[in-house]
Amino acid sequence: MKFFGILLSCTVALAAETVVIRNVDVYPVTGPEMKGVSIVLQDGKIGEIGAKILPPKGARIIEGKGLRVYPGMIDSGTELGLSEVSAVRETVDTGELGEFMPQLRALSAVNPESEHFGVVRVNGITSVMTFPSSGGGAGGGGGRFGGGERQFISGQAALIHTDGWTWEDMAIDRTAAVHLIFPTLGGRGGRGGAVPDVVLEMVPGGAGATGFTAAKRTYDQQVAKITEFFEQARQYQKERAARAPGFKPVLKMEAMVPVLEGKVPLAVSASRASVIHDAIAFADKQKVRIVILQPRSLTKIGPELKEKNIPVILGRVLALPEQEDDPYDGAFTQPAEAYKAGVKFAFGTFNNEFVRNLPYQAATAVAFGLPYEEALKAVTINAAQIWGHAADIGSVEKGKVADLMVTTGDPLSNATQVKYLFIKGKEVPLMNKQTRLYEKYMSRQ
Amino acid sequence: MKTFLCAALLTVPLCAQTYVIKNATVMTVSKGTFKGSILVKDGKIAEVGEKVMEPAGAKVIDASNQYVIPGIIDCHSHIAVDGGVNEGSISVSSMVDIRDVLNPEDIAIYRALAGGVTTANILHGSANAIGGKTLPIKMRWGKDAQGMIFEGATPGIKFALGENPKRAGNPTGMAINGQAQQGRYPATRMGVEDVIREAFNNAKIYKAEWDAYDAKKTGIPPRKDLQMEALKEVLEGKRFVHSHCYRADEILMLLRIADDYGFKVRTLQHVLEGYKVAKEIAAHGAGASTFSDWWSYKVEAFDAIPYNAAIMQKKGVLVSLNSDDAELMRHLNSEAGKAVKYGGLSETEALAMVTLNPAKQLGIDNRVGSIEVGKDADLVIYDKFPLSDYAKVQKVLIDGTVYFDRDNEVSGRSGKQAEKQKLIDKEKQQRAPQGAPGRRVGL
Repeated sequence: MKFFGILLSCTVALAAETVVIRNVDVYPVTGPEMKGVSIVLQDGKIGEIGAKILPPKGARIIEGKGLRVYPGMIDSGTELGLSEVSAVRETVDTGELGEFMPQLRALSAVNPESEHFGVVRVNGITSVMTFPSSGGGAGGGGGRFGGGERQFISGQAALIHTDGWTWEDMAIDRTAAVHLIFPTLGGRGGRGGAVPDVVLEMVPGGAGATGFTAAKRTYDQQVAKITEFFEQARQYQKERAARAPGFKPVLKMEAMVPVLEGKVPLAVSASRASVIHDAIAFADKQKVRIVILQPRSLTKIGPELKEKNIPVILGRVLALPEQEDDPYDGAFTQPAEAYKAGVKFAFGTFNNEFVRNLPYQAATAVAFGLPYEEALKAVTINAAQIWGHAADIGSVEKGKVADLMVTTGDPLSNATQVKYLFIKGKEVPLMNKQTRLYEKYMSRQ
Repeated sequence: MKTFLCAALLTVPLCAQTYVIKNATVMTVSKGTFKGSILVKDGKIAEVGEKVMEPAGAKVIDASNQYVIPGIIDCHSHIAVDGGVNEGSISVSSMVDIRDVLNPEDIAIYRALAGGVTTANILHGSANAIGGKTLPIKMRWGKDAQGMIFEGATPGIKFALGENPKRAGNPTGMAINGQAQQGRYPATRMGVEDVIREAFNNAKIYKAEWDAYDAKKTGIPPRKDLQMEALKEVLEGKRFVHSHCYRADEILMLLRIADDYGFKVRTLQHVLEGYKVAKEIAAHGAGASTFSDWWSYKVEAFDAIPYNAAIMQKKGVLVSLNSDDAELMRHLNSEAGKAVKYGGLSETEALAMVTLNPAKQLGIDNRVGSIEVGKDADLVIYDKFPLSDYAKVQKVLIDGTVYFDRDNEVSGRSGKQAEKQKLIDKEKQQRAPQGAPGRRVGL
């Protein structure tokens, strides 16, 4: 009897409470807004939404007059939980050694107590893609240790909630993608990958290390290396399926099987048009699904991405133009270019420090031509769709996981405050290291 | 007669065009926000009000549904510096001067301009406890280096505390760029304090020698020491100290050195833990120029909070928001917007942090920083509420001249693209006349 009692109290304590937010304006993102309705959060899920709802027994009521409900935002490119102070190696777990490391899992290195989670939550970010390395391409917070220049496959990226007791608790998808850093012609460095193609082509070839011929040779060798690795993995997959006698599992290859089966996408860091083009050709040949990370030159490559139905994760909108003579707003207009080309896209910030500014990156895209609704989708439902979890997160719909933010207004505006935040139906206090320091030092006499 | 004419021509500023900016929401910063107009004449703001005079020949800019703010002032920037920003070989490099290395062709100037910045304080990096001489410039894109300089502004000097100057000390002895490194003093915060104290101890002695000589002007004058000259100017209040700093302890340390040697710290730059010692900063009278929300990129930035600006302001410190970055510089308007979000400042207080407050910190508020009659016509026109990320800069005026116009910028792009393509084609032709890619002989 006593044992039963303990068990019962445990069950009660662990279940998310039932909450009703009433008189609130609901912006589902996937459908038209509903003004002055009630929304029920029960068993961690979104329940009924409507004007005339009888609150379930025992439900906590939150008065939502003048407030708005949106789905929690999703940042599709972070290293959250893996990197705390980017300049201090001991606090950074991105960018492992080794060229092909698909067996590495970002998820199990996520520190749930990282101060970054609290910081991004207060701005309404309820889930993120966390990568084993931000690798290559434009900007990026880590990936400098061990991996860096020579790494091709950095490991498995996880889709996680920004709250939870353990990384298991936080996980939405342990392997939402395997991360491939596609080689860049003419070396990396700089934003969007070093010297522009047009300049490279003009540099005289020959023995010079910076010459186009030499750069192209290195690039081709690197692409060949990746192809070879995929062919090995394909061979392994066949042997595995055939249960060939003497077959021994190899972890590196096991990790590639879901990619080859098309169950897990390859997230490919590739920014310049020519490289994206090659990455697409590579994916076609290998028959794998890909998502492009941090593409630039969308005017040029957009139609091809659209034709092949390849989604992209746009990097920071608030970025400098790639080349000196590019238009000053070259980065600001990339989302509008992606939209015009009909490419499916979501946003990533690719630096832990700026994850909380995800909505402001989206707002800048609006200022430079992206329709507002598209910007909102790009930080919510599009991300859920791209990473294969649109049935669970990314919009306010009955039956979905209750990841919600309750705001004073437009969530992309820097004038808006998040008043309440729910992750898996649980209200998460909007406090963090920074709010604690604020209160402490404001009260200093 | 002829010489007189020439002289007259030389002294009259070239801008001359008179503008009337009409129907705008004018955010003056110092005198409220209202719907009205601004008359720009001879490079200055001639009239501000709901209605202003429209002189014959004045060009009208219809700013209906648009906003006008004073030109943005960035109190901390490293753009337009030719080559490296650190003279890192010594810990006291007060003899070097940004004035000597201004690059007026740095594209970052134009990009900043397109982000509404009209004035920026250009500083050396933070490798040295005492860095080089700094100065404010105006973003007069197209002028030469001399034409960029904010004439008459009090020059400054860069100091730096904490991780950066001590890291340059490289106590690990690890090779840098494959070269074995000799440790450079200092390598700790204690050493940083000592370097600055020693420098001012020497400067005080140097100044006393010169003061004694200047009083009588007889005998042999003391030897000129360019390193000491700049610090002597600091002691005399003729040169502003702008000090890079992060942690509360080092902030307090510098304020106490200044107290001991009888000078003022004009601004604390970055000052991410300024909120912890806001009382002491206010008491000293130093200004604070910080980031809106940068944090966590290094240990000394781990206690950085986005409420820093608001706390310091509420506790009596003159606060500005700076960029320290060629990209961030382009949206200081929305960075200021974050000061409303984090810590609840008013919109005017927030806007002042990128206009009037940095002008005061740089001692140029008699000329710029707010929309007032008699001030330089440094103005920015936005299509939407300027503290928002939804806002785009439409036009930027400096000294009454339009230096940035988004319509012209956008409509000029196809022509520039065609010109670029032509140059590329020409270059390709010359490079590889037969077969590609050819090796050039004689290079």
